Amino acid sequence: MSGITETIKQRVGISGPQAREALLAPLFDYNPVTRFVLGVCSALAVTTSLDTALVMCLAVIVVLSFSNTAISAIRHQIPHSIRIIVQMTVIASLVIVVDQFIKAYAFDMSKSLSVFVGLIITNCIILGRAEAYAMKNPPALSFLDGLGNGLGYSIILISVATIRELFGSGTLLGYTLLPSVNNGGWYYPNGLLLLPPSAFFIIGLLIWALRTWKPEQVEKD
Amino acid sequence: MGTADLETGTGGKRLVGEYYLNLFIKAVFVENMALVFFLGMCTFLAISKRVETAIGLGVAVVLVQTITVPLNNLIYQHLLQKGALAWMGLPEMDLSFLGMVSYIGVIAAMVQIMEMIMDRYFPALQHALGIFLPLITVNCAILGASLFMVERSYDFGESLVFGFGSGIGWALAIVALAAIRERMKYAEVPEGLQGLGITFISVGLMSLGFMAFSGVRL
Repeated sequence: MSGITETIKQRVGISGPQAREALLAPLFDYNPVTRFVLGVCSALAVTTSLDTALVMCLAVIVVLSFSNTAISAIRHQIPHSIRIIVQMTVIASLVIVVDQFIKAYAFDMSKSLSVFVGLIITNCIILGRAEAYAMKNPPALSFLDGLGNGLGYSIILISVATIRELFGSGTLLGYTLLPSVNNGGWYYPNGLLLLPPSAFFIIGLLIWALRTWKPEQVEKD
Repeated sequence: MGTADLETGTGGKRLVGEYYLNLFIKAVFVENMALVFFLGMCTFLAISKRVETAIGLGVAVVLVQTITVPLNNLIYQHLLQKGALAWMGLPEMDLSFLGMVSYIGVIAAMVQIMEMIMDRYFPALQHALGIFLPLITVNCAILGASLFMVERSYDFGESLVFGFGSGIGWALAIVALAAIRERMKYAEVPEGLQGLGITFISVGLMSLGFMAFSGVRL
């Protein structure tokens, strides 16, 4: 078994520690949302309920890992001066595939995500990783980096969505956990959490928590 | 949705003007791109440390937005929409799935062209906006406005007003945030919340303020 993994590693030209770093560093230490303020737009708008957030995370992970792989595979052929347009075209094509897929298999979901699937194109995480990582590294590593960053983004999105749905309407994925007063239960839903601004507060507080845990992330002015 | 309102207003010029004004106010305040739909947040949070640069970026966004939204509207109506290619003998053709690639292409090309025009005729303005122009390509407020335009099926006039209004709204929000952040230098913020954390919370408060506009109609 280990022999096979060794050959795979030699084939794709990556070593264990390198791969681990590409995959795990973006989760907390270099989280794209809380460290670099990338991809915040969608993180705020789709987090009113957990199911939209989950679909959004999946879509971003798919687009991010495959755009990283594709851009890294053609990185020696892309002329420097038009690289942004080339990258945008790759990303936009992938997003169209994802968008059509969601429309075909989960039409209600695509209605509630509205324009935000399309806006994955301009999600700065994706262009940022293409520019900063995929243009300099081989495809396999870039794939892992895309996966890692997608997961880092998902951690933030899912925690915000969990807090908002659980305390805002007392449900999770549509199942009632905290029976609300209107339905004969005991829980008074916090309406603020369903309003757009609450996402800012929650992310702000998450960043505070993360930076108390890892103080080296505090930016110097 | 908008066309029905407009048709009732075609009887008098004043009503059409009023309709457009209403749309403009709605785009600036009620449906503010930055504070209600959270579009363009990356640039919004990253480049709002100083009022001067915020104004520069705001002007650039207004310019690009006013040009690209109507342009994308024309592309959608005459090339992509179902039945738009009837003049070519292809009445069944529906290219709307190509929308996103075309819009982002138009935006990237417009930004590039604007940069060249400015370089040639307004070098001072180009110098001031310099680094912000390329950044605008990936500003989701711009692409978002084009996507909203399609989703709400605006016509050409409406998309012109909507593009301009949403640009102004975004510019207003970033300048206001920059002013708040400049004042924040004198505040004592707990360690760990400094920088990004407190910015998020102040944007949240601003956004709460903008919610007061919801439902405003002229």
